[in-house]
Amino acid sequence: MDLAGIINGYLRRVPAWPLYMVAALWGGWLFWLAATGQLGVEPINRLEREYGELGLKFLVLSLTVTPLRKWTGVNLIRFRRAIGLICFFYIVAHFGVWTLLDVRSLDRVWADILKRPYVTVGMSAFALLIPLAITSNNLSVRRLGAQTWRKLHRLAYPTAILAVIHYLWLVKGFQIAPFVYLAIVLGLLAARIRWNRRLAAA
Amino acid sequence: MAHRWTNDLTRDDVTPEHLWLNRRQIIAAGGALGLGSIAAPALAETLEPNTWEEITSYNNYYEFGTGKDDPARNAGALVTSPWSITVDGLVDKPGEYSLADLTSGLSVEERIYRFRCVEAWSMVVPWNGIELADILDRVGVQSGARYVAFETVVQPENMVGVQRRVLDFPYVEGLRLDEARHPLTILATGIYGRPIANQNGAPIRLVVPWKYGFKSIKSIVRISLTADEPPTSWNKANAREYGFYSNVNPNVDHPRWSQATERRIGGGLFSSRQDTLMFNGYEEDVGALYAGMDLGANY
Repeated sequence: MDLAGIINGYLRRVPAWPLYMVAALWGGWLFWLAATGQLGVEPINRLEREYGELGLKFLVLSLTVTPLRKWTGVNLIRFRRAIGLICFFYIVAHFGVWTLLDVRSLDRVWADILKRPYVTVGMSAFALLIPLAITSNNLSVRRLGAQTWRKLHRLAYPTAILAVIHYLWLVKGFQIAPFVYLAIVLGLLAARIRWNRRLAAA
Repeated sequence: MAHRWTNDLTRDDVTPEHLWLNRRQIIAAGGALGLGSIAAPALAETLEPNTWEEITSYNNYYEFGTGKDDPARNAGALVTSPWSITVDGLVDKPGEYSLADLTSGLSVEERIYRFRCVEAWSMVVPWNGIELADILDRVGVQSGARYVAFETVVQPENMVGVQRRVLDFPYVEGLRLDEARHPLTILATGIYGRPIANQNGAPIRLVVPWKYGFKSIKSIVRISLTADEPPTSWNKANAREYGFYSNVNPNVDHPRWSQATERRIGGGLFSSRQDTLMFNGYEEDVGALYAGMDLGANY
């Protein structure tokens, strides 16, 4: 048996639900650290960034599931729903810290969304995640049909690009981290274009 | 057995922190009166300085990394002794001065200033420093000089961020001569009466309290008097976002974010933003420097 087969054999015995628990505990732990002054002297901005970057990491992870299967045979598809929903929950937390702890004014939140391009882009990415989160259940897959559901969930691609632009746009100077995310996201999307071409040619 | 010295002073002999913090507030108010013209709202405000821990753990010093805690982690490698400062350009006594030669005999004053970062956070810092005007007088400014340019040290082997080229290092900044000569403008060498920490710009840095923090250049190794407006680092990196003046102004937004409010460091997770003051609260003192200028165009 090949290595991928062995790994898949073990993975089949691992349930997905502990992922939600670990993610929730990690989010809560960060909040507790921030509230008790253990996340630096400017906890609001820090917590906002921690949640935002966690959301981006899980978004990238969700886009990795398919290439990983094609390249290595390791199949994480059973965990993809949890990965996607955890991304959504962290982005809700990111948005929550920004609106409730940082800006604290509906007028100013709305003004920022309209006026600040990096906020506009971030909000667009968040908006695209909402239908994906709502349809992340078996009932929706049945109702929509697998084809339509899969098409709808390709919204994850533009979401990832918008999320990275949001990150690129908010930093000062030439910083490495957002460019690393950009390269990874573009790489993961480019891999898909190549498969689709191959499929079309075959 | 060798005799050991034992300390017979206890914690109780030390002035409790809240008492000397109060003392500082009184001094701050006195200093404001001394300057004679701080606005009434500024006087009513009690400027409670941030703690040493806060001031030294949340910094922008991109030569040591772009994270707020990177400078505290990495700036220990900065070599600050010996330290020399090149003074050149339109001065009577150009040359390479040791830090001691440039500053000895000049009065070091405590100045409790608001410090407002362009990123919309702020602190209150009890600096110890020398008025820049005193140092300019020492080196003799020639009549053709209209600007002062500053440069930060580059120690590539000690500064982990320099290779990453976040900015075009060395970091450079500049002031108009009248801004440089203003009594609020100091070269700081200490905070809380202690030598300034490396991450805060040891051993000597500029402090211009009515401008965004990035104007207050750290770890200065060159001071040049020039006839023309000198280049400044953030302006070179992004001229649309960072102008030469960069005065704190709640009415002129950064292209990407609002400058109307700020978060005072140290308030914790549930603290709210506060309104940013025109010229960071020093309008009465420095407003005249910009009389008739379009502050929206000269951001």
